[in-house]
Amino acid sequence: MAALDVGRVQVGDGARRLYSRDASVIRGGRAGVVCFPETTEEVSAAVVAALDHGRDFVARGAGTGLAGGAVPCDEPVMVVLTRMDRILEVDVARRLAWVEPGVVNLDLSRHLAGTGLHFAPDPSSQQSCTIGGNVANNSGGPHCLLYGVTSAHVLAVEVVLPDGEVLVLGDEDGDSVGYDLRGAFVGGEGTLGIATRICVRLTEDPPEVATLLLDFMSVGAAAETVSAIIAAGMVPAALEMMDQRVVQAVEPFVNAGYPTDAAAVLIVELDGQPAGVADEIRRIEELASAHGARSVRVAADAGERERIWKGRKSAFGAIAVIKPDYYLNDTVIPRTKLAEVVERIYEIVEEQDLIVMNVFHAGDGNLHPLLLFDAREEGVMERVLAAGEEIVRVSVAAGGVLSGEHGIGLEKKRFMSLQFSPADLEAQQCLRSAFDPSGRANPAKVLPTGASCGHVTSLGRLPDGAWV
Amino acid sequence: MGLFLSAVGDSGAVCVRGGGTRWGLGGGPGGAREVSAPVGIMSLQPAEMTVMVGAGTTLSELSDELAIHGLEVGMEGPVGSTVGGTLAVGRSALRRRRVGSIADTLLQADCVGADGAAFTAGGPTVKNVTGYDLCRLLVGSLGTLALLGRVILRTRPIAACSCWLGGEVEPAEVLGSTYRPSCVLWDGATTWVLLEGHGEDIDATAGKLALLGLTEAEPPVLPVGRGRWTGRLPDGGVLEVGSGVVHQPTDAGPPAVPDGIRNLAARMRTSFDPSGRLNPGRDPYRVAA
Repeated sequence: MAALDVGRVQVGDGARRLYSRDASVIRGGRAGVVCFPETTEEVSAAVVAALDHGRDFVARGAGTGLAGGAVPCDEPVMVVLTRMDRILEVDVARRLAWVEPGVVNLDLSRHLAGTGLHFAPDPSSQQSCTIGGNVANNSGGPHCLLYGVTSAHVLAVEVVLPDGEVLVLGDEDGDSVGYDLRGAFVGGEGTLGIATRICVRLTEDPPEVATLLLDFMSVGAAAETVSAIIAAGMVPAALEMMDQRVVQAVEPFVNAGYPTDAAAVLIVELDGQPAGVADEIRRIEELASAHGARSVRVAADAGERERIWKGRKSAFGAIAVIKPDYYLNDTVIPRTKLAEVVERIYEIVEEQDLIVMNVFHAGDGNLHPLLLFDAREEGVMERVLAAGEEIVRVSVAAGGVLSGEHGIGLEKKRFMSLQFSPADLEAQQCLRSAFDPSGRANPAKVLPTGASCGHVTSLGRLPDGAWV
Repeated sequence: MGLFLSAVGDSGAVCVRGGGTRWGLGGGPGGAREVSAPVGIMSLQPAEMTVMVGAGTTLSELSDELAIHGLEVGMEGPVGSTVGGTLAVGRSALRRRRVGSIADTLLQADCVGADGAAFTAGGPTVKNVTGYDLCRLLVGSLGTLALLGRVILRTRPIAACSCWLGGEVEPAEVLGSTYRPSCVLWDGATTWVLLEGHGEDIDATAGKLALLGLTEAEPPVLPVGRGRWTGRLPDGGVLEVGSGVVHQPTDAGPPAVPDGIRNLAARMRTSFDPSGRLNPGRDPYRVAA
């Protein structure tokens, strides 16, 4: 590996072990050479060196992915992008910024403090995940209900293609002429090349924000309220649901004043201009009470709003007191099927003698059932996997999709044929092959073809600051 | 979809004729056999924010039906445009700042590929990262990768009130005094802004803009040609601020495209259509903007 300065290449056992895992429950192969490039040219050189040596390559950001997208198979060259962490340019007037892929998501919005702008995608791991990883996974977050997932916030991206060529896809000004190669690249999970510079769209901070806490005596009533809000023509900035087990687990930590006897609570965030927000608060109060809400609390100030959100964001941390291990699933269903599918998830989990906590992006029907277990129990992994598979099957049967924001990676590629026909998958392969004719970029991921790799195991530790 | 599938078949140059409103775009269909896409609104689900519609349906028919439910889709085109044609052309609506880019509007597409087989791109839900984002690739591809038969689109609520204002002010000043305007246009002297939302919020913003000299005004009639913003407005041109699109009396020449992009695009086209039978005469890079 003469492509990189020797100080930026690691071949020791420690590094190879460290970079063989991400935040998922998936175990694959072993990292080969681990590279830490600092420039686009070095990324390209690392890719070319991998090809010259007949190796695959796998790009990696902070490793917070939950689908095994950055897990190596077959000793690939690992291209770790965390040293490319500079915010290159912020253009406040044009509301865009150029960043390197290793910039941490939340660091960009922190950097923008005082400009009246922020980067809208807010995945749960935003304290540690990188924007390059967000691009690879087309990441979401609670506020993408109104603002859209990462793809809607990437104007252009400089990429190193799998043959080492460097191209800029997209345009600072928005839609460019010809195929939307930028749109095709975002969400490619590292199989289409490596993003080395990203031009992101910045979003204006809303002048008015209101956070509401609604509480219900049944999950069904909460779910119906979600549908009613959307059907009434409102698109809140965020619309989240937490079930009783989550509420009971987090309330002792955050003292947000969640009603621990409620079957489910909804957090509704409205933003925009004052009259519009006030009007939507009134309409949501009416809809909620018509659908059986016991109470609707509007956060009186920023402190109360923060506590309501802190509870939502603490769910992941609070589980440790219940069970040491977790498996977090991610599917999307039509929101009108929320009550029915969540009920079915409770049954599935009961059948497998596991514990589930449901805390999710209800507004866009994005379920996040969190299965809790103790990996030391014999045979528990089989039950976890069986429950996970059944949840995926139920979601697809309800008219849903395999993933709303975590991606496919290794975790769900075996389920791709549940949602897609062979012809559908062939069309996806056409897209992939055009970017990567030689099949060296993160192979064995996403599409259920090629080599098999990866198995699910347990994980006892959460990434710092992560929430579901 | 069955009739559409058999009409497309698996051999011979073929294209879908929509409303024909921009038929020559990208070089025209190159003498390909013309077929029609399915017509009609199959399923409108306000609580899902989705509508399933045949690609041959006109935009006006779809818009009329959606408006009954207080909804719209982030698409626009000349009178007579079809849903499929508008997606194939891939130009975002003038109000993209509110309704999103046209690529964000297409959630799922039932297509026929060059081999004559049906396939589905994307998924039916508003949020979906399952597999590759084929929908984005199809939008703006001028029917050169696959032919659109039936699509699921994201709907959005129509704002309660809307109002165009205009005045001889720099666009940056207008942007500094508005929150998320739906559209900002500039002809080199006058800036127009479209405000949508709650009536009281619009009044409040209009009050602020009045101090800059903006008053209620009809938006300009846009010239029919297009070009990319190059830092200078051509005579008679109107810039869609923030989108890079200039509406101008005649089309600009196609923008320069780097060889690397052309090569990747050529690989993409060959990958989907190895025999070159889909809209053989059209080149998505041979358009002005």
